[in-house]
Amino acid sequence: MNIMTEAAVEQKVQAGLNEPAVKMKGESVDVHYGEKQALFGVNLDIRENQVTALIGPSGCGKSTFLRCLNRMNDTIDIARVSGKITLDGEDVYDPKIDVVELRARVGMVFQKPNPFPKSIYENVAYGPRIHGLTKNRAELDGIVESSLKKAALWNEVKDRLNESGTGLSGGQQQRLCIARAIAVSPEVILMDEPCSALDPIATAKVEELIDELRENYTIVIVTHSMQQAARVSQRTAMFHIGYLVEEGATEKMFTNPDDKRTQDYITGRFG
Amino acid sequence: MATTDTIGGSPTAARPPVVWNSEEMAKRRKARYGADRRLQIYGMVAIAFALGFLAVLIGTLTFTGYRAFTQSMVTIDIDFSAAELNRDDLMDANWRTIFRQAVLDDVGELSRSEERDYFSMFTSSAPFLIRDQIIADPSILDGRATFMVPMSDPIDQLAKGLVNTDLPENQRRVNDKQVELFNQLKEKGAVTQPFNWALFLNADSRFPELAGLSGAISGSFWLLLVCFLISFPVGIAAAIYLEEFAPKNRFTDLIEININNLAAVPSVVFGLLGLAVFLGWFGLPRSAPLVGGMVLALMTLPTIIIVTRAALTSVPSSIREAALGIGASKHEAIFHHILPLSMPSIMTGTIIGLAQALGETAPLLLIGMNAFITSPPAGVLEASTALPTQIYIWADSPERGFVARTSAAILVLLGFLVLMNGIAIFLRQRFERRW
Repeated sequence: MNIMTEAAVEQKVQAGLNEPAVKMKGESVDVHYGEKQALFGVNLDIRENQVTALIGPSGCGKSTFLRCLNRMNDTIDIARVSGKITLDGEDVYDPKIDVVELRARVGMVFQKPNPFPKSIYENVAYGPRIHGLTKNRAELDGIVESSLKKAALWNEVKDRLNESGTGLSGGQQQRLCIARAIAVSPEVILMDEPCSALDPIATAKVEELIDELRENYTIVIVTHSMQQAARVSQRTAMFHIGYLVEEGATEKMFTNPDDKRTQDYITGRFG
Repeated sequence: MATTDTIGGSPTAARPPVVWNSEEMAKRRKARYGADRRLQIYGMVAIAFALGFLAVLIGTLTFTGYRAFTQSMVTIDIDFSAAELNRDDLMDANWRTIFRQAVLDDVGELSRSEERDYFSMFTSSAPFLIRDQIIADPSILDGRATFMVPMSDPIDQLAKGLVNTDLPENQRRVNDKQVELFNQLKEKGAVTQPFNWALFLNADSRFPELAGLSGAISGSFWLLLVCFLISFPVGIAAAIYLEEFAPKNRFTDLIEININNLAAVPSVVFGLLGLAVFLGWFGLPRSAPLVGGMVLALMTLPTIIIVTRAALTSVPSSIREAALGIGASKHEAIFHHILPLSMPSIMTGTIIGLAQALGETAPLLLIGMNAFITSPPAGVLEASTALPTQIYIWADSPERGFVARTSAAILVLLGFLVLMNGIAIFLRQRFERRW
């Protein structure tokens, strides 16, 4: 049997199972921080237009894996990544890959809301502006408005776009950061514990937003909250001390996990 | 992991209860409070000591210097209708005679030697001061006009009560006849002591009554301008490279150590370097603010680099990540976000560095900025002095009038320093962001 047909068959099988296509793929990803190894041979598929939740106890490597996907680990001098991570089949660690383009396609929302100390408008407009996505002010205004609407923030801030983004409440700041990420029209959005600094009401709003964003974007979210993973994700990957323990449909992971460690973690026996 | 229940020794060993209100405990606490109080007292004593010295410094400077802020002037009245003047050649008219005739009208008959004593009571440049005023405005020549002419240094001292007239005549610089003539002028109301604008408007002079700081102030201005234009961009560029781009290896470590040590190199060494390199090799003009500014820039650079690096690292990494996370390139993250956010601290540090440069004397002495120069520089290539070197020159001058002027010049320099530090504090208060 030749390879082409094998791939075709696999595709067919996938289509038959109604599984979305793989958007990003990690293959035996190892990460070292200096001498210390943080990730051991992680293989994980991120599927298109789904929310993939990365869970696991603190220090398990889930944030490290997330930061590999858009090469944010590059900013850490001692971090070393080996293995292969692909975006639409392209190796993102290929020296020929433009990291600016990669990060525009794979946007990121951080744990602590980090709006620029500039106006709300400038926060959202910054990305489109540096990437030259608009030709004139009207188009830019349009992007700002639609991004803020998608981030469910427009109604709260439309009258004060010129006020500082840092003056918003924590939940609003985080939605502003999401709007800022969306404004660049990324394909994938990485979220690193986006709700850990928010109160329950703001958390609910952001979770609702994540569910809506799934239609247009592929989302990877790191979370410490089991309930959140269960609520917002379609697939869940469980990490433990640098290893990917188990990965699968969220429903299955939370009801009938294959691995005992997953079960223990989910039921709160360790972590 | 599960906690052990053995913390604090064996669980079975009974511990006697602590009696918190016992005599012994109270004594112990008292001793600890005592230590707190003592520390506070040491601090207060140290601050009082420092403030005391500052008060003594400012006090003595003000005490010796305040007299230089006024200058004894004599008002003379000249009737030009009587004078024979060729209006087409005012420059070469006999101003000396005109001036002398006018002042002689104020007093009675004098012998020849008394006349000499009398004329020396006015600044020797008096005829030229009158000439310059008339050339600036020839309409003065129609009829009578009054002029304010500085009195010479010894008479200025006399007017300010600094000459002890009880001393024998040969032990003072003002003789009895001059005292008498001075009192005559004073009774006529011709002697006044207005604010000494010449201190700020004139350049240096051999005669204390005419000497001023304008040359030194403009020299210092050009110096600082050159120093700022060189050290600010270079310092920031170096700091950005070291902080954001340089690989961390032995070589960059070495550079870092050297920069930090450079801040501690004695300033006279920078002066020698300037003398050898800028004057010797490059052949730049001696005494020029350009060279002075370059030398001071070398001194200010390490300060600016260190301050800038500290400011850059104080911007939280979340801002950098935010910018990089939406696809900003490294230089965009730095120039759009990190640098603007650290600018207030950088400006504050730069102003403090420049204030330090303003007071620097030794390197300027070595490149000849302590020359005697009687006109303010019009640019960075003209010979000039600077405030600290002017103080140095005046402190070295024997005339009595320069004693007060030295102190006055120090007060002016301190005034500029306070102003610059005030601006730095204002910038810090107003713009600095706390993360």
